[in-house]
Amino acid sequence: MPEALLETERLVKRYGGLVATNAVSLAIETGELHAVIGPNGAGKTTLIAELAGEIAPDAGSIRFAGADITARSVAERAALGIARSFQITSIFREFSVLDNVALAVQARAGHSFRFWRPARSDPRLRDPARAILAEVGLEARAGLPAASLSHGEKRALEIAIVLATRPRLLLLDEPMAGMGPQDSAGMVRLLAGLKRRVTIVLVEHDMDAVFALADRVTVLVYGRVIATGAPAAIREDVEVRRAYLGEEG
Amino acid sequence: MINALEQVLNGTQFGVMLFLMAAGLTLVFGIMNLINLAHGALYMIGAYVAAWTFGATGSFLLALVAAIAAALLLGVAIEVIVFRRLYARDHLDQVLATFGLILFFDEMVRVIWGATALYMSVPAFLSGRVELLPGVPYPTYRLAIIAVGLLVALLLYLVIGKTRIGMLIRAGASNRVMVGALGVNVVLLYTLVFALGAALAALAGAMAGPIFTVEAGMGENVLILAFVVIVIGGIGSIRGAFVAALLVGIVDAVGRAFLRPLLALLMSHAAADAAGPALASMLIYILMAAVLFVRPQGLFPPRGR
Amino acid sequence: MPRSRRVVVTLVALAALLAVPALSLTAGQPFYIDLFTRIMVFAIAALSLDLILGYGGMVSFGHAAYLGIGAYAVGMLSFHGIGNGFVHFGVAILASALTALVIGFISLRTSGVHFIMITLAFAQMLYFLAESLNLYGGDDGLNIARASSFGGSIDLGDPVERYYFVFLWLLAFLYLGHRLVHSRFGLLLQGVKSNERRMAAIGFPTLRYKLAGFVIAGTVCGVAGALYANALLFVSPSIMHWTRSGEIMMMVILGGMATLTGPVLGAALYLILESVLPRATEHWQAILGPILVLVVLFSKSGLLGLLADGVKRRSGARA
Repeated sequence: MPEALLETERLVKRYGGLVATNAVSLAIETGELHAVIGPNGAGKTTLIAELAGEIAPDAGSIRFAGADITARSVAERAALGIARSFQITSIFREFSVLDNVALAVQARAGHSFRFWRPARSDPRLRDPARAILAEVGLEARAGLPAASLSHGEKRALEIAIVLATRPRLLLLDEPMAGMGPQDSAGMVRLLAGLKRRVTIVLVEHDMDAVFALADRVTVLVYGRVIATGAPAAIREDVEVRRAYLGEEG
Repeated sequence: MINALEQVLNGTQFGVMLFLMAAGLTLVFGIMNLINLAHGALYMIGAYVAAWTFGATGSFLLALVAAIAAALLLGVAIEVIVFRRLYARDHLDQVLATFGLILFFDEMVRVIWGATALYMSVPAFLSGRVELLPGVPYPTYRLAIIAVGLLVALLLYLVIGKTRIGMLIRAGASNRVMVGALGVNVVLLYTLVFALGAALAALAGAMAGPIFTVEAGMGENVLILAFVVIVIGGIGSIRGAFVAALLVGIVDAVGRAFLRPLLALLMSHAAADAAGPALASMLIYILMAAVLFVRPQGLFPPRGR
Repeated sequence: MPRSRRVVVTLVALAALLAVPALSLTAGQPFYIDLFTRIMVFAIAALSLDLILGYGGMVSFGHAAYLGIGAYAVGMLSFHGIGNGFVHFGVAILASALTALVIGFISLRTSGVHFIMITLAFAQMLYFLAESLNLYGGDDGLNIARASSFGGSIDLGDPVERYYFVFLWLLAFLYLGHRLVHSRFGLLLQGVKSNERRMAAIGFPTLRYKLAGFVIAGTVCGVAGALYANALLFVSPSIMHWTRSGEIMMMVILGGMATLTGPVLGAALYLILESVLPRATEHWQAILGPILVLVVLFSKSGLLGLLADGVKRRSGARA
């Protein structure tokens, strides 16, 4: 039984009287695509933020590849191999599409106290960046300013940036947010292609995508885990149906 | 001991004036997210109009009214002409634009009233001293300033804390976007808040007339201190501004009076003579740096920040 | 704006600067040599600020402090009889770098308006410190008896030699700046300005790089300060007043932010206006203020943008 890549132990986060994360314990296996679903306000984005290091939990711990990372900063966790995409697209709008990805490659290419050589003509940065753009289908857009991309293309760029850091674990916060059916299908194909190469925690509302991609599903309601298991089992779970899908069965 | 009491009172007097400046500044920044470097100009206009009106009419009350009226007019004018375009801009743009306004107002004041400082005497009914304790006289005028400042603080506390408009202001300081989404006339609210700040600044300036030199550029020194106050107190918080203003005022006054003699105990008189005033001037900034280092959001940040 | 146009404007500007001494001597107006020496000094200061402000997004409102440190380094050493130029510039560089390190270390933990305020506060602290140093003139300032001496290889007392000395520094910083902003470090700074949250999320420990940029900017400005002291042979605390920091910022904006040539043009524009407008009216600041407001509200790419785009329009629509 492979050791879990990411484990949380009774993670708690409170905002005044509101408990956003309520004793959440998860074990994400290496190589799996683990979906986290739940109604609005369930605390999914808060959980992602805690896993990424943006929010410090009030109690509980997080372990990554066996090491305790609860106190580590966002950048430290990224350097360890935890990459995160944002629910609201967070790219470098003024830079070109290629620059966006090259910057992510640069982040993992040693320190950046390099003041002399032009970075834009460095093949060690450009070539991997181009390869990743090809993978997400954006190579034709490489030279354009990122701000000029369509919404779906921006979401794909977000994934490209995240992939360029060669992560071991991907935290994807609603990658399909705001996408039409065509773009969504493209994103599902992209994510399917990533399975096995990288461990993924996927927060999504799009149920078709979740059930098509996920190896396991965790259901979060009011910050509490109410069920974890294979997609088919989750679909049948009474608690889940009542809390999430309504009582029509 | 007596000297210490006097210094604490001086510090309190300076503190309440800083509070009047800081209150407007913190509201404008907290609610409209606007850095307004030109706030000091409103203070200056208040001082000039008050000094001129008092000199022309001899009525202190009229001077106060005229100062506040002038600041209100000017404030609303600036808000409509310049600030409305700045709300959506980033802080750098706001800093630069309001810096440009400072240059303009400092010069306009010289155009209207000349380059030499205006003189404003303490009004007759407030001159003289009051015996706080037997053998401890303190200028009546300064006591009056403290009284007015505390009264305004109380009024602000009541208005902001207990009235509906105050609730809107508090809500705006915590979450501006929501207030707009709730259907409140945000444009009007902004103008109102700005006008309030302008009036307070003008009041501070008018009262400052007899104590400080009324000259172009007088607003800048007070402005910096007001910013220090709101940073220490917590941006958007009136309570924070009040506490921080008194703290800054007292630390400054006590520091200036006692730092040199204190240092003279530890080093030569010559060294203390040099180091004392230098350190005293820097004291407030050291205080701010310390607060920012330990508690970056200030002492009393409004909820939600 | 297209890069080639900017290069043209830059080359023209540099050529013009190169020609100034010859032109002003021929015209019998040596005053212009002094004016343009000062312009170049402030161009260097503005350039250093643009590095962290325009490229890095750090709104430092206390940048004039480094001008003061560099200038006072020269002034104080000269006061004590030390006239060696290498010592002057060496101390100026060291002192500004160290100060920037300390100030940056404390300030860069904050952001937004807190950052602006704390950098402003530190500058004010240094201003008051300088005012209280009665030994070095305090409020009245310090006269400098002699320019920095480099042993006879160059005489900074001679206006023309001094002019080209400053020009070489400007040229060097323009070139170094050019390499810096296109390097990995430069792209990183621009990434921080664009989206710092994203930068952290992809693994950049942004604080140390911002600090490095801050120190570099402060050091370059310190050199500008040392040059200032040599140009004016006088230094007073007013050089560090926060309004002076505002002026340097104005130069960056007026000239064109996030470019290298912009600050140079901005410094020229500001100082020329400062020397020309008073002849029209003693209340010239009442005109300059609104100009700044208008530029900020309506034209962010400054003079450089105007020139570069203007050149484009005149050369026709051969895009």
